[in-house]
Amino acid sequence: MFDTLSAILEALPYLLEGALVTIGIVIGAMGIGLIIGIHMAVGQVYGNRVVRWAVGIYVWFFRGVPVLVLLFLFYFGLFALIGLNLSAFAASTLVLGMTTAAYQSQIFRGAILSLPRGQFQAARALGMSDFKAIISIILPQALRFSIPGWSNEYSIILKDSALAFVLGTSEIMARSHFVASRTYHHLPLYITAGCLYFILTWLGVRALLKLEEKVRIPGYAH
Amino acid sequence: MPTKKATTMPQEKPILRVENISKTLGGKEILKSVSLSLKKGELKVLIGPSGAGKSTLLQCINFLLPPDSGRIWLDGVEIQNRRKRDLYAFRQQVGMIFQDFNLFDHLNALDNVSIALRKVKKMRRPEARDRAMAELEQVGLGDKIDLYPAELSGGQKQRVSIARALAMDPKIMLLDEPTSALDPELIGEVLSVIRDLAHGGMTMILATHQIAFTRSLAQEVIFLENGIILEQGTPAELLSPDACTRSKDFCSRLDDLYEEKG
Repeated sequence: MFDTLSAILEALPYLLEGALVTIGIVIGAMGIGLIIGIHMAVGQVYGNRVVRWAVGIYVWFFRGVPVLVLLFLFYFGLFALIGLNLSAFAASTLVLGMTTAAYQSQIFRGAILSLPRGQFQAARALGMSDFKAIISIILPQALRFSIPGWSNEYSIILKDSALAFVLGTSEIMARSHFVASRTYHHLPLYITAGCLYFILTWLGVRALLKLEEKVRIPGYAH
Repeated sequence: MPTKKATTMPQEKPILRVENISKTLGGKEILKSVSLSLKKGELKVLIGPSGAGKSTLLQCINFLLPPDSGRIWLDGVEIQNRRKRDLYAFRQQVGMIFQDFNLFDHLNALDNVSIALRKVKKMRRPEARDRAMAELEQVGLGDKIDLYPAELSGGQKQRVSIARALAMDPKIMLLDEPTSALDPELIGEVLSVIRDLAHGGMTMILATHQIAFTRSLAQEVIFLENGIILEQGTPAELLSPDACTRSKDFCSRLDDLYEEKG
């Protein structure tokens, strides 16, 4: 028992450093996903046929191929092919970011489509261009309504980030595996790793819930 | 009477001229070559059964629905709706009021009115705020500026939307059944704002089923059915009890309906 505890305590600083790497991957990926996702959602709702078609292909591709395959495909295949020399950390972040962009675009698209169409018409009737109406009227509302879905996506990407281990990114999972295979304290270390993921999920989801309350529109029951 | 038109040319020059507007939606011809014109300060009322094309006509006038054919002039200048810049400039001068208000749900009353001033007219925040404040006071909502649409009654929402349109200094206003979505006890407050506008000389096209209001204020009644203007004339000509017009029949049927409800 004491043995187990000391194994965990000894490994903890090392694992917590890994947690910082995990947090880096997740924030980076969610950020990339947010930026690409918003653009794709707007393109899919308001764009012409070519744009809608291109976004559709993108979404089908990233939703249809396992994350593990995507990581290998891009890191060992496509990035090398186009001469992009990325670290394992950068590559994992980028691939997870492109993947979550596909899912996030559908969260935002759903939120945009759920808005009453009349507000867009009213904005145009006031002389706003479609672009201005989307920026000042549509997105501020659609993004608010996307927070619950986005929080769900955060918890999924956080756990998918463990796959970055296979590229050699030294995040929580890679470090747990490293210590466990050296000290043979498999059970306590993977329990610790699991707890770290759980805590990060909980903290993130809670923070997003707070954000949701903070930006709630007064009197509005959605 | 064409001679009359020729002699009083300066005053007769219409501020809005709509010629031969046609629109087909979903394979159905909604508007069939509709023409009308408005002089400055005139209030014309569009009546007609639902599905007649009233909404479509109003939305074609500011190109929210681009007409399939037809031409539109504002102040003698023909609108080229393909030129985006011209279109946006034109829409700023045409206030639009919708049946279901279409306020921006995430903005309070003040920001609903000021956002277009800032984003479209490029006014600075404090000036836009002052102007929005003044417009909201004008419609009797000076004490409600911080409330969000979800916290306002239907009548208040419609008054905010009128303030929002007026803040842009429109040359004409298009009102698409502004009281149809309101509870009966809230209709009065909105009609009274529209009445003030009419007395203040605002040029307006109003689609409505409020016949009494039409009788007392409209310069002209336009009866639209199946996408064509069937009758057109003063309320006295079309709606007086002894007039033999479709408009009168339609209106007395409406009156019966409301009496039954009451």
